[in-house]
Amino acid sequence: MDLQHLTEAPSDAERSAIDALLGPAEAGEHGPTPSVARARRTFLLPALLALQNRVGWISRGGLGYVCRRLGVPPAEAWGVATFYALLALGERPAAFAHVCDDIACAARGAEELCGALEQRFGPCASSAHRAEPHAQRTSSSAAWARSPCLGLCDQAPAALVTVAGTTPVEQAFGGATLARVESALEGRRVAAASFALESMGPRRLLARATAKEAVTLDGYRKLGGYRALERAFELGPEGVRKEVGASKLVGRGGAAFPTGRKWDAVARHVGKQRHVVCNADESEPGTFKDRVLLEQDPFAVIESMTIAGFATGATRGWIYLRGEYPLAAERLSNAIASARAAGWLGARIAGRDVAFDIELRRGAGAYICGEETALLASIEGFRGEPRTKPPFPVDVGLFGQPTVINNVETLVAVLDVVRDGASSYASVGTPGSPGTKLFCLSGRVARPGVYEVPFGTPLSALIERAGGVPGGKPITGVLLVVVAGSFVSPKQLDLPLSFEGARAAGTTLGSGVVFVMDDSIELLPLLRRIAAFFRDESCGQCVPCRVGTVRQEELLARLARGAARGGLETEQHLLAELGQAMRDASICGLGQTASSAIESAFVQLDPLGGKRS
Amino acid sequence: MSDAQRTIELEIDGRKTQVPEGATLLQACQALSIDVPTFCWAANLTPVNVCRICVVELEGARTLVPACSRKAEAGMVVKTESERVKLSRKLVLELLGSSVDMSLAPEFRSLATKYDAHPERFGPRAPRAPSGERESAHAGHHHVDDGAHAANVAQPMKVDNDLFVRDYEKCMLCYKCVEACGTDAQNTFAIAIAGRGFDARIATELETPLPDSACVFCGNCVGVCPTGALMFKAESDLRDTGAWDESKQKVTDTICPYCGVGCQLSMRVQDNKIVRVTSPADHSVTAGHLCIKGRFGWSFVEGGKPK
Amino acid sequence: MLWGSNARETHPIFFHHVLKAVRKGARLYVVDPRRTPSAEWAEGWLQVEVGADVALANGIAHVILAEGLEHREFIDHATENFAAYRELVQRYDLARTSRLTCIAQEMIQRVARDFAKAERAMICWTLGITEHHNAVDNVLSLINLGLLTGHVGRWGSGLNPLRGQNNVQGGGDSGALPHKLPGFQDVEDDAIRARYDALWGRKVPPKKGWHLTEMFEAMEHGQLTALLVLGENPAQSEADATRCRRLLEGLEFLLVQDIFRTRTAEMADVVLPGSASFCEAEGTVTNSERRVQRVRRSIEPPGNAKDDIEILRALSKRLGYDLGLPNAEAAWDELRLLSPMHHGMSYARIEALGGIQWPCPDEAHPGSPFLHGRLWERPVRGARAGFHPAEDVPPVEQLDDEFPLRLTTGRRLDSYNTGVQSGGYASPRRAKETIDLSPADMRALGLADGERVRVVSRRGAVEAPARADRGLKQGLVFMTLHFPEQVDVNLLTIDATDPRSGTAEFKAAAVRVEKL
Repeated sequence: MDLQHLTEAPSDAERSAIDALLGPAEAGEHGPTPSVARARRTFLLPALLALQNRVGWISRGGLGYVCRRLGVPPAEAWGVATFYALLALGERPAAFAHVCDDIACAARGAEELCGALEQRFGPCASSAHRAEPHAQRTSSSAAWARSPCLGLCDQAPAALVTVAGTTPVEQAFGGATLARVESALEGRRVAAASFALESMGPRRLLARATAKEAVTLDGYRKLGGYRALERAFELGPEGVRKEVGASKLVGRGGAAFPTGRKWDAVARHVGKQRHVVCNADESEPGTFKDRVLLEQDPFAVIESMTIAGFATGATRGWIYLRGEYPLAAERLSNAIASARAAGWLGARIAGRDVAFDIELRRGAGAYICGEETALLASIEGFRGEPRTKPPFPVDVGLFGQPTVINNVETLVAVLDVVRDGASSYASVGTPGSPGTKLFCLSGRVARPGVYEVPFGTPLSALIERAGGVPGGKPITGVLLVVVAGSFVSPKQLDLPLSFEGARAAGTTLGSGVVFVMDDSIELLPLLRRIAAFFRDESCGQCVPCRVGTVRQEELLARLARGAARGGLETEQHLLAELGQAMRDASICGLGQTASSAIESAFVQLDPLGGKRS
Repeated sequence: MSDAQRTIELEIDGRKTQVPEGATLLQACQALSIDVPTFCWAANLTPVNVCRICVVELEGARTLVPACSRKAEAGMVVKTESERVKLSRKLVLELLGSSVDMSLAPEFRSLATKYDAHPERFGPRAPRAPSGERESAHAGHHHVDDGAHAANVAQPMKVDNDLFVRDYEKCMLCYKCVEACGTDAQNTFAIAIAGRGFDARIATELETPLPDSACVFCGNCVGVCPTGALMFKAESDLRDTGAWDESKQKVTDTICPYCGVGCQLSMRVQDNKIVRVTSPADHSVTAGHLCIKGRFGWSFVEGGKPK
Repeated sequence: MLWGSNARETHPIFFHHVLKAVRKGARLYVVDPRRTPSAEWAEGWLQVEVGADVALANGIAHVILAEGLEHREFIDHATENFAAYRELVQRYDLARTSRLTCIAQEMIQRVARDFAKAERAMICWTLGITEHHNAVDNVLSLINLGLLTGHVGRWGSGLNPLRGQNNVQGGGDSGALPHKLPGFQDVEDDAIRARYDALWGRKVPPKKGWHLTEMFEAMEHGQLTALLVLGENPAQSEADATRCRRLLEGLEFLLVQDIFRTRTAEMADVVLPGSASFCEAEGTVTNSERRVQRVRRSIEPPGNAKDDIEILRALSKRLGYDLGLPNAEAAWDELRLLSPMHHGMSYARIEALGGIQWPCPDEAHPGSPFLHGRLWERPVRGARAGFHPAEDVPPVEQLDDEFPLRLTTGRRLDSYNTGVQSGGYASPRRAKETIDLSPADMRALGLADGERVRVVSRRGAVEAPARADRGLKQGLVFMTLHFPEQVDVNLLTIDATDPRSGTAEFKAAAVRVEKL
């Protein structure tokens, strides 16, 4: 391809970081042929991450070298690099802290932490960047920026600290204080904060995670690991799919699509290369259950993906892990390596004529990449922009090939279904929602954490199990799901946590967020934070979402100032129309649900409170 | 292509119709002379369905669907002017109108009237951003405003060469220029979408000026731009001085002399000066695309002296 | 296969179609001594030694035959002289071909297999094939490959010379060849001439005329003393410009009809200001795919400039013959009357169909997207297609110690020929003339990028800045012909021409580069 590349030469550090990922550059002076470039495109994001981990930012010389090696046009690489929040496009200190100021952390002192960091290191890097474009250099030894939810709501407030270098250090931790952040910025290990991990009925999804011994293959095997895969081999691909179908298992990522139907659809594409993708891009504010599973039970995801591959005829597996989960990344890559070494992944799994292997890919700060088609685009090396459906990924997925995409929790649930059978699986839960589900309790509860409950458990019982509101204050509302989100008023706390129960109450279970509020949480700022989140995370592709999320945030800002334009009713009418258009005309779920929580707040609660007059 | 192409029957606005398999709902509507507005769709580009003005209501679907890219399926029941459709179109027009200068998008005004769109509902426009500000936004971060003004993409025009200008406050991010520069035609990849969300923009690598970028100045981006954000310098200069006068213009089709490929040129001439050159999107040789010589290399017939 | 063609820069919109195919999985091979932008898109780049194209084609044929990949049935059925061809290519085994062409044996095998096995395959070429002293042999060698594999006469397969101007094809079609009347009808055929004689009421000269090279030879020998030049700039565009200018100066009468005061016009006794045919006049042109298309007047010609057809009519009248033909359409209709392959192409139909590809024998005929389909009919309609065995003959001017570098010439994207048309617009990418050398030669000569050097051939010398180009191998240097006012590259080129085509060997001169 006659690409015009950047002229800057890479430094030795930049070159070696990229060569370490891609292998040494081949001899000869010419770029890859079009077909080789097509095949290499998938390494674009990993290469950018490798570059930043080494030199701290996406340097010109490094970016140019990435483009030359991969045969990617520099403008497209720039488009990809500028898509991800974690990538730095200007030079900045090697040590950098991302501090969560999202809803759960805001309820637990995030603003104070941000204030302290500002005192110590200067203003948030992104705002400094904006004020003085292309002049981000700072004499300070470290810098920081605000971040959306880091998935550590159970340990709020949270921070993610990265230190670039030959041995880069990445740490995400809760219980963040100035001292702990400073320590991490100096490259020192920071101890983990405590969190709750409990089951209210039979311990299934958390069976191994709570044992905390499943992070090695031996420990996993001791806890019954790989018995489900052995059972799958007995059942055969069709038998596995039958069992999964019979279990009525539906996706736990929020959309609740029947898993069995997905697998059947992919299995139909006989003769084509097929893929299994684990969506581990958990990024919805208030959600952290997948992180816990990935950190504490990584082999379960690998085993389940192998079963999915066996059942659908897919031989390639991919885990797309959100960039903010360094511990999960470490545990997963160790687990993949030891599973491969033990013959649980590879060309002949357990000595059988079954091939399956897994590649771990990390995101770089883009909530939208949890949308399945955006996730595929991100793996392929493009901007994480959702694609129009149909065609669905089961037909046209990764690299245009049939693809199963399952959420982490769904995959872990599959193990019980396959090992014990669909009827055993349904021994708990409700007829419409068999089994158990993980919920992420955060906000004003005594013991925030991940709770496994049988479907049908009332919401109030769950909150009680988590210790209720500290100090026994009354609950002012519960935010159930941020994304397709809705608020539950204090009057509705008996809501049964099942798909049908949620539906009857006009909400969904989504991915399992339970954010509990008392009167210390002001509703309007919370709504503005949610609106800001959607504005920040919109990919920008379609008009309703790109501009609609901006207008929604502006509108809330006016309400917060008591400066409604044309009266409150006019503004509420505008909000409703905006919401309707975003819901109806956006490409993907992000835009379609960007107004849900906000609209719901106006119906269920009274966000304007005293400001109504 | 199979010789016996199958047809599909569906219903649009109460009328039964048959279309060939693979046809889009937009094509099905066009066959029935049902007007479906489009901005980001073009006959010679892959549909990206991002502007969402073409949404229609499909019975049984949770959301509206984009007519430009949704394939017709047997038994579909489609409404093109339902209340839901009208509301979405109205909002799309308002959101575009409040954030982008749509004054040169040919159909914008009549559509705004038709769908009762009032972009000013979102408040007065925020002032024009200084040069470079939009390019420096970082994904996932934005300045939180007080809601007094409607944020927009107003910014200074980029003039960095003598052939065409980039006036990105008219850019509605339809992706057409990126497609034409990329795999749909030119395969030069000089521009891409950069940034995210409301800060998404058309950019060269590191926001480099065009003459230093990979741009080969084929002007195929200009040829597909629906809002006048990309414009011949000649046209922009005439508009600046108020001399642009479409009543004095004539468009004549001829064939480019610069090689033997036979590209059809549509030459727009005002006062015996060539002010814009395009090619018909349905021309079998060009599919609407030209090279730098065919697009811009005409000063020699305008008394320009060879240097 | 793009052979001796840098279509990415010289036929950009044709190349869009190539890229579309590449994206759909077509394999592109590019044969070019330079790593051109076109070669950057290829799955395989064959960096052929300048002038070794015949050897390469024969070597490819050798592999095809050795591996039994030839299209036996087609060869038996539709071709002749195969035995002689087979015997010739026997001698072009891989080792020898690789030596002659400097291309790796594996690459020759790869392209041979891919070309022969493809369901559809095309060879497109440009001046890299035809600007050689053995241009016709080059072309015939490519045709041989097409015949050998049956990649002719079928949709999507074939041999395609990419024309450099919008009416190169149309000029030849309509009789601007010394031996042809419109529609490629032989001027020496009495029956054909009779039809023209009858219509025109005058006798058409029964003997073929001179082609360009022969004209210059005739000038040299005093046989040609008056010349009418229409829209050409031979004083700058011909190889060995010194000789060309001397001959033009020696004419008794030089009449130039052009839209520019070109270097040639400056030498003329009389200049007639013509019009830019594509935008200041009406008419037709014929593109590379034989598509006759309409050109239309979109702007008014300046000053006293006149439509070319008007000038020719006036000239003819002064010479004592009234052409009639009040306008372009009338002239076209007369041509249709005399040329059977154009017969069905009325202006109305050309406009309605957006151009028509000849042959189009009648007004119900849709035109012909490809030629030679007759070779697949059973039995073959008309003559069989003959193999034309051709031997490798290196460029006329060999490299030696005095002139150790091979100069080849070509074009750049934003410029055109001698720059009279393209020189005026403000291309942001326009680079001035340079002499491009391989990094190794730059080093050997101790040159820095941009350093002015003197380039010397046996015929002349020019000065230009040197530029390193990693796409060139050691020993090969490259210049364009776009900027004769600054750097008169044709002072260097050799006018060794193929006697059959009349085209000079612009692609292979011997030069040396001197540090200033």
